[in-house]
Amino acid sequence: MTGFSNRFLIGHAVGIAGVAIIVAAVAIAVFAPLIAPVPASQIDLHARLVPPAFVEGGSAKHFFGTDNLGRDILARLIYGSRISLAVGTAAALLGAVIGSLMGILAGYFGGRVDAAISWFVDVQLAFPFTLLAIFLLGTLGGGFYAVVIVLALATWVNYARVVRAQVLTVKVQDYVLAARAVGVGTPRTLWRYIFANSTAPIIVVASFSTAQAILTQAALSFLGVGIDPSIPSWGAMLNDGREYLQKAWWIATFPGLAIALTVLGVNLFGDWLRDRLDPRSAR
Amino acid sequence: MTSPLLEVKDLDVHFGALHAVRAVSFSVAPGETLGVVGESGSGKSTTMLAVLGLHPKRQGTVTASRLEFDGEDLLSKSDRAMRDLRGRRVGLIFQDPLAALNPLMTVGRQIGEVLVRHHGLDKHASRAEAVKLLERTGVPDPLRRAAQFPHQFSGGMRQRVMIAIALAGRPELLIADEPTTALDVTVQAEIVRLIRDIQQASGMGLVWITHDLALMARVADRVMVMYAGAVVEEAPVDRLYATPRHPYTAGLLGSIARLDQPRGVRARAIAGTPPSMDQPIGGCAFAPRCPLRFDKCTVAPPLIPLGDGVRAACWRLSGEQA
Repeated sequence: MTGFSNRFLIGHAVGIAGVAIIVAAVAIAVFAPLIAPVPASQIDLHARLVPPAFVEGGSAKHFFGTDNLGRDILARLIYGSRISLAVGTAAALLGAVIGSLMGILAGYFGGRVDAAISWFVDVQLAFPFTLLAIFLLGTLGGGFYAVVIVLALATWVNYARVVRAQVLTVKVQDYVLAARAVGVGTPRTLWRYIFANSTAPIIVVASFSTAQAILTQAALSFLGVGIDPSIPSWGAMLNDGREYLQKAWWIATFPGLAIALTVLGVNLFGDWLRDRLDPRSAR
Repeated sequence: MTSPLLEVKDLDVHFGALHAVRAVSFSVAPGETLGVVGESGSGKSTTMLAVLGLHPKRQGTVTASRLEFDGEDLLSKSDRAMRDLRGRRVGLIFQDPLAALNPLMTVGRQIGEVLVRHHGLDKHASRAEAVKLLERTGVPDPLRRAAQFPHQFSGGMRQRVMIAIALAGRPELLIADEPTTALDVTVQAEIVRLIRDIQQASGMGLVWITHDLALMARVADRVMVMYAGAVVEEAPVDRLYATPRHPYTAGLLGSIARLDQPRGVRARAIAGTPPSMDQPIGGCAFAPRCPLRFDKCTVAPPLIPLGDGVRAACWRLSGEQA
């Protein structure tokens, strides 16, 4: 009995920690102009490569230090959260729309439709995504929307697979037959009866896909494709700091930690959601 | 005799190699109750779903020399015309009312679905009508209940909701597929009474599928006994129970456990199991289990008319004896 309740409480504590991290990250992104000590792109060539405040030689003016152009790392981290969260969420949502639609079609119609969609999923999973993303962003050109679309292409397969499996189990339920038995048409059956009863796993996949999109977006910025480098983003900061890793470790370290922490938060939340929403796992 | 509401002749259903329904013929007149009995897998439900065109085309092949509802051929109807028919002119009640209700829609909306679809009511009117239907099917406090979800209902109440859905289109034919099997005995009696009352009030035709022979004796006018996907006997209800003609029917009736028999008299089971349906059945399907089989049984017997609306498929009844 105590084992059960302990697990229950620990599970909740982990979930709440995840939610807290997400809420904090969103708040920072929304209120960035109010929190940031200085504008993110303010260059101060007199204060280049200043170490963080808590390190010898650091200055209280720049808590996390400055980069090679004297820009404040903390300010850039705060503004950089906007890109990471916006891109991550938008990509996960767009991926959810595309993936769910494909999953429903594959699961419901089966046969050739299923074979075709599953083939696309398999091909995409077998293809190194970073390569595909660099190629697509090279041809599409960069920009916020291009990155969101490319990242949605990275995540749709997650949804398609899960939704397809769910639809396969839901479509044989009696209430679907009952709906058809009273003359409900196919589009409405798909939407109100099959899709409506397939949504629980979508929410879980959405959380993991958001984490994946944030990570991939950072990787793309690091590689120098995608978002305009003049906009502060965590991935681009990592890239900037790479050259100075020996001299000024803080430039790359703090954005790296920010990415890790945010992704961790989203994943913890996703784990907790999965346990809550999946009736088969112990509560 | 009035012209039948539903007339089925030589209906066959195949799922790939599986021959699930074999040359089934029957008819239902307005106001009449046709009982369909048979064990699990004997093709009772499959037959009815085929009549309604509810088998996915890719999986099942349905053929019949005649499949008419109110004089209209159902096999040549388009999908759209069949959707117009289902729920409005023909209602269907399922065995397990929890499984047959969408867990994410309030029962009021699920009843309203039929009204919007078939009677063109708007949301507001369909809601009011759904409440009336719940009241008619004996759901207490229908106004509040209409806004609730299926899991908030007990088994008997859920079946009342299913009946309300089936009645929403004011069907001329109601197909009840084991409507009381999933219910408590006390609730069963109420549901049976409800369906019968509604039938008497509306004069609709009723097809009642069950494997409960005691129940069948109470509800049906005529009974059709199915075995291994085929009809083995069809007779008016009193005739069937008084003088079962087919050995399988006799076996079924003999296998009922009765309280009015002396202690020690046990219900007799029919030895053996039904044949597997994915291979061709040579001869009479029941022959391997039949106590009366003889050499003629290697040929499949036709349904032999025996007068007074009795038909049975057994060579013993054709006057030919071993």
